[in-house]
Amino acid sequence: MASTAKLDEYWQRNLRITGILLGIWFIVTFVVGWFARELSFSFFGWPFSFYMGAQGSLVIYCLIIWFYARYMNNMDIEYGVQEGEEE
Amino acid sequence: MSAAMQSQKAFKAQLTKVYAFYTGGFFLFVAALAILEQMGMARQTMGYVFLVATILLYAGIGVMSRTNDASEYYVAGRRVPAMFNGMATGADWMSAASFIGMAGTLYLSGYNGLAFIMGWTGGYVLVALLLAPYLRKFGQFTIPDFLGARYGGHIPRFIGILIAILVSFTYVVAQIYGVGLITTRLTGVDFQVGVFLGLAGILVCSFLGGMKAVTWTQVAQYIILIIAYMIPVVWLSVKQTGIPVPQAVYGNQLEKVTALEQKLIDDPKEKEVRQIFRDRAAAATEALKDPAKAYTDGKARLEKDLADLKAANEDAGKVKAAEDALGRWPKDQAAATAQWTRDRAAAGRANPPARHGEAFAGKDEKARDIARRNFLALVFCLMVGTAALPHILMRYYTTPSVKEARSSVTWSLFFIFLLYFTAPALAVLVKFVMYNDVVGTAFTSLPAWAQAWAKVDPSLLSITDVNRDGIVQLAEIVIGGDIVVLATPEIAGLPYVVSGLVAAGGLAAALSTADGLLLTIANALSHDLYYKMIDPNAPTSRRVLLSKILLLVVAALAAYVASLKIADILFLVSAAFSLAAAGFFPALVLGVFWKRTTGIAASLGMLAGVGVTFWYMISTHPWLREVFFGTARSVAPDLWWDILPISAGVFGVPLGFLVIILVSLVTPAPSKETQDMVQNVRYPNLKAA
Repeated sequence: MASTAKLDEYWQRNLRITGILLGIWFIVTFVVGWFARELSFSFFGWPFSFYMGAQGSLVIYCLIIWFYARYMNNMDIEYGVQEGEEE
Repeated sequence: MSAAMQSQKAFKAQLTKVYAFYTGGFFLFVAALAILEQMGMARQTMGYVFLVATILLYAGIGVMSRTNDASEYYVAGRRVPAMFNGMATGADWMSAASFIGMAGTLYLSGYNGLAFIMGWTGGYVLVALLLAPYLRKFGQFTIPDFLGARYGGHIPRFIGILIAILVSFTYVVAQIYGVGLITTRLTGVDFQVGVFLGLAGILVCSFLGGMKAVTWTQVAQYIILIIAYMIPVVWLSVKQTGIPVPQAVYGNQLEKVTALEQKLIDDPKEKEVRQIFRDRAAAATEALKDPAKAYTDGKARLEKDLADLKAANEDAGKVKAAEDALGRWPKDQAAATAQWTRDRAAAGRANPPARHGEAFAGKDEKARDIARRNFLALVFCLMVGTAALPHILMRYYTTPSVKEARSSVTWSLFFIFLLYFTAPALAVLVKFVMYNDVVGTAFTSLPAWAQAWAKVDPSLLSITDVNRDGIVQLAEIVIGGDIVVLATPEIAGLPYVVSGLVAAGGLAAALSTADGLLLTIANALSHDLYYKMIDPNAPTSRRVLLSKILLLVVAALAAYVASLKIADILFLVSAAFSLAAAGFFPALVLGVFWKRTTGIAASLGMLAGVGVTFWYMISTHPWLREVFFGTARSVAPDLWWDILPISAGVFGVPLGFLVIILVSLVTPAPSKETQDMVQNVRYPNLKAA
């Protein structure tokens, strides 16, 4: 049985990575969105803010979710809370 | 490796094989139809073949997956591998609005339409980080289940049931409406008949096999819809740019469109047409101040003109023109008023074309600021709403483990992403065709597809020679958004079989979403209301049976509402997101992340969130305001910070959080049991640790 301290640490690390990723999500969505008019320089033909809205942010969302799943699945094993084989 | 894991692995391999064969078979089916088309098969027949074949296919999967087992019926036995759950979620998620409407919205509103693209994908970040893994660990059947277990007692569960039904029902009505439209387009049957045909397809599947059948059909539907969406876009891209990856190259096309826009804004002929609309609108506004007088005066003036010409013995041509003008004058005052109202409403056509790539266009700094505020508010509501729609969250109960639930969200977003990052490309490609190939041609040499569509459905495309110069000006074209997706195959010069394929794809999108939603409603009633609240001793078989009966009742009710053809149906869909966001999101997230959250607080928070959102909508949306308060539509609504009613959730979500936090702090902490349950949900496997 993992100690309570270990479990708390797991949860704290989960909160930290969740917070960081949500921060990136917020910047990509709302900060870039807020400055969309200022960020309209040409980016391979697209205005940059248009590109971000149509593709860039989507790619980043996908990466955020992929990274989180990988990070957490590794952390489960590190802290011994991964699901057993019976699952 | 345990036996269970081995069987799960074999199951996955088996699934992959089945769906690979299925995809191949589908391609063969389309190819066969293409050959038959060359041999002279009628379009109507082809429409029927597509409709009947796909619905039989979905029904067949339903029959093969029939079940009466509760776990299979409610959560597909919890053995859906991450990737397949991702595909099913994609189909569940992408409705008729995404498939047909999205590219059209982007065509019509340019950058501002991207709110839907970002909102409906970014929400999955919230699902992945804040909800999916915890709900999976909790491992029950529905969202009200979680509320009931976490917050104790029947009240939170009951509020959850109400919100789930409110949200899902508005949404399912829109889907069934979409089914009716597509079926009509595909086969030419009546709208009502179309609705019930589509409904039959939905029901056979979810009725027999519940979540299990719905999951496997949704995977099949995803495959059809993504193929149907991609083929015409890729082909159009090859035609325009020579490169089959539209998503990578449409930046260049956007540059060309931007150059064409500038040309159209400055073009004198365009200005002339816009001026005509401006004058008409001004005259109509003037006439509508006193329609009775304007009608008789106008008629008298025309009659006098005619009489004067005749008296002066003018040549026949002039007399004929005056006679025609009198003949065009509305036959009575009611017709005249209707005409003037239309003219006044068409004032927008006097505006120069909006620039596609420009963010928050507006005439001054203030208008631009309001546009920006509403854009971000809408993105916020759609994202948070995504993370609170019960039929989507429910899908993450069906994976075999927390680990799979996490990667399943990745797969979901990936499969949704494929369509969503194509839609903006399609909008730009079609806009280029419109600006480059249609505008500036003579009316006599319009492209065949434009002629055909203008004839079939004037609400989708209508071109009138307003300034009578025989040349098409952009300002003379009225376009309905849906045409962008529906007409792409013809614009790209593909055979009719691809048009049928696109319609079948739209049908798949609408059916799959309707399936998921109907199941959510039926489960909320049978599982949460009946089993958990009314008769906890009910045997499984009775629960499943009840769920099936309710499914029929709800479906019939939804079809009935859809057949009324309620206006503003798109608004209702978006409203569902705001309501879900304000109702569920705060209570679900705080339930996992803050052990101190109490049951009373959650109940009050859900009610406050939904309450304020609903109230803001009915007091500011012109149509709803008329329905609820009888206020005339012309009265300007009293908006808060200029936020439009569609984004009402932007007030409801923070209020929900605030109420839950404040009330929790003044009510006694939840029991040890509840806190242990939260602790348990936070770790994939606490016991083995």
